[in-house]
Amino acid sequence: MKKNLLVAALLGLGVIATAQADTLAKIKSSSAVTMGVRESSGALSYTVGDGKYAGYHVEICQRVLADVQKELKLNKLDIKYQAVTSQNRLPLVANGTVDIECGSTTNNATRQKDVAFAVTTYVEEVRIAVKANSNITTLNQLAGKKVATTTGTTSVQLLRKHERAANVNFDEVFGKDHADSFLLLESGRADAFVMDGSILAGNIANAKNPADFKIVGEVIAVEPIAIMIRKDDPAFKKSVDDSIKKMMKDGTLAKLWDKWFLQPIPPKGNKVGLALSASTKDAWANPNDKPAEEYAKK
Amino acid sequence: MSWNWEVFCKSTLEEDFSPVCFGTGGEITYLDWMLSAWGWTLSVSALGLFVAMILGVLMGTLRTLPPDNLLTRGLALLGTVWVELFRNIPVLVQIFLWYHVIPALFPVMKGFPSFVLVSLALGFFTSARIAEQVRAGIGSLPRGQRYAALAVGLTTTQSYRYVILPMALRIVIPPLTSESMNIIKNSSVAFAVSVAELTLFAMQAQEETSKGIEIYLGVTALYVVSALSVNRVMAFIESRTRVPGFIAAASSGGH
Repeated sequence: MKKNLLVAALLGLGVIATAQADTLAKIKSSSAVTMGVRESSGALSYTVGDGKYAGYHVEICQRVLADVQKELKLNKLDIKYQAVTSQNRLPLVANGTVDIECGSTTNNATRQKDVAFAVTTYVEEVRIAVKANSNITTLNQLAGKKVATTTGTTSVQLLRKHERAANVNFDEVFGKDHADSFLLLESGRADAFVMDGSILAGNIANAKNPADFKIVGEVIAVEPIAIMIRKDDPAFKKSVDDSIKKMMKDGTLAKLWDKWFLQPIPPKGNKVGLALSASTKDAWANPNDKPAEEYAKK
Repeated sequence: MSWNWEVFCKSTLEEDFSPVCFGTGGEITYLDWMLSAWGWTLSVSALGLFVAMILGVLMGTLRTLPPDNLLTRGLALLGTVWVELFRNIPVLVQIFLWYHVIPALFPVMKGFPSFVLVSLALGFFTSARIAEQVRAGIGSLPRGQRYAALAVGLTTTQSYRYVILPMALRIVIPPLTSESMNIIKNSSVAFAVSVAELTLFAMQAQEETSKGIEIYLGVTALYVVSALSVNRVMAFIESRTRVPGFIAAASSGGH
């Protein structure tokens, strides 16, 4: 009898383990799915207060999950929102706490060892923001100047690599989050803020006087930003990818871009004012889940 | 996820690994970076502790001054205001006040490195706590000691210098040990104002390497080593300054 119980328990564990790897089955059996969202990732994914989340990637995910619901023929699908941070998003997706992460995660080769990414929906361009009265126009003019960037982002590494390659020296100051880095620029503690274009545009749009700032210079790097899902779950990846590809073809993504990046967005009714970039357009025309390293080669 | 301790030997610039785990020719590995971050943590803590000890002992003493005249009452009030001000504001808020608000009021402070501002903020915050411990230490002495000192003709200053403080400071060494260890852990807030210390290193390096567990374990180990070393140093000071028959009785459980 005891032996039977043990075998049953082991079988039970086995079932749970496979259910974890098979997200579609997990969603079907529980009629629930957990979406990872960010508190403040520009217009991509942010909170509007009261535990509600909105943004370009959040809306794409909601549409993807509606398609998944149809595919699984569920009457009701309960979407739970789980706020994640840059530090915990990878482990939370890998261990099954979060089923689909809709934030601002760069798809790169290191991360692909632990998680999988849907086809790229947004291509980020790393740019420089300066005060409108500043005469800085390129990255090389920043040598010896104070450059702000945010702790825990790839921009820090980018700047370091550029310093090494061009043999210049930036005086880096690190903000603890994007708002903090922007404050460094605003208060004059930094001469420039190097970060993802959408974040710069969003912070400038929310500034006391947006006309005081401008985005200048070359595109320092491009990074594919994608929706993150668990690794080794081809069925779920296919559902998500198919749904996104459908939206790329029928123009839904272009409409969503207009809604989140060009029109006034909640809660304050500000505009981000970020025009659709050529690199993002290209990613929609040729759906792919290539990591950032492939983009850098071009 | 499997362990990958090699991450510390990885170069912070390229995708290659250094065989000795230390970078050569201008290249730095994550291990080099972590050790330099450790240096920053220790420097912020040391400077902060220095400020905290001096101001803490001073303010704690002022709070115990007898209300003889207007001057001593004023000084005692100063001590009270100091303690209440600095211990009732969260340390992170104090750091932001020092970094963003005070330099906006006094433009000359904009030139101060954030390392100095953060050490001052931590020092002032901790000084309020040390002041309370010193006050408690002085309060724990029998009143007779103060009266005896005055009776042999010592002034108030002399009675503190030669009778009260030498005993009180010995009594408060154990809580001061905790404060000294706390300041090392509290120094982690310095990352918020761009001091490249251990917490900033951990947040940045785990993002770059995706090996958060290994990075955080490494950083945790350094915090533990630092705090334990402080603990041992303080224990050494405690044993060296012990007055036979006084503190010894307390530590051997005589009460």
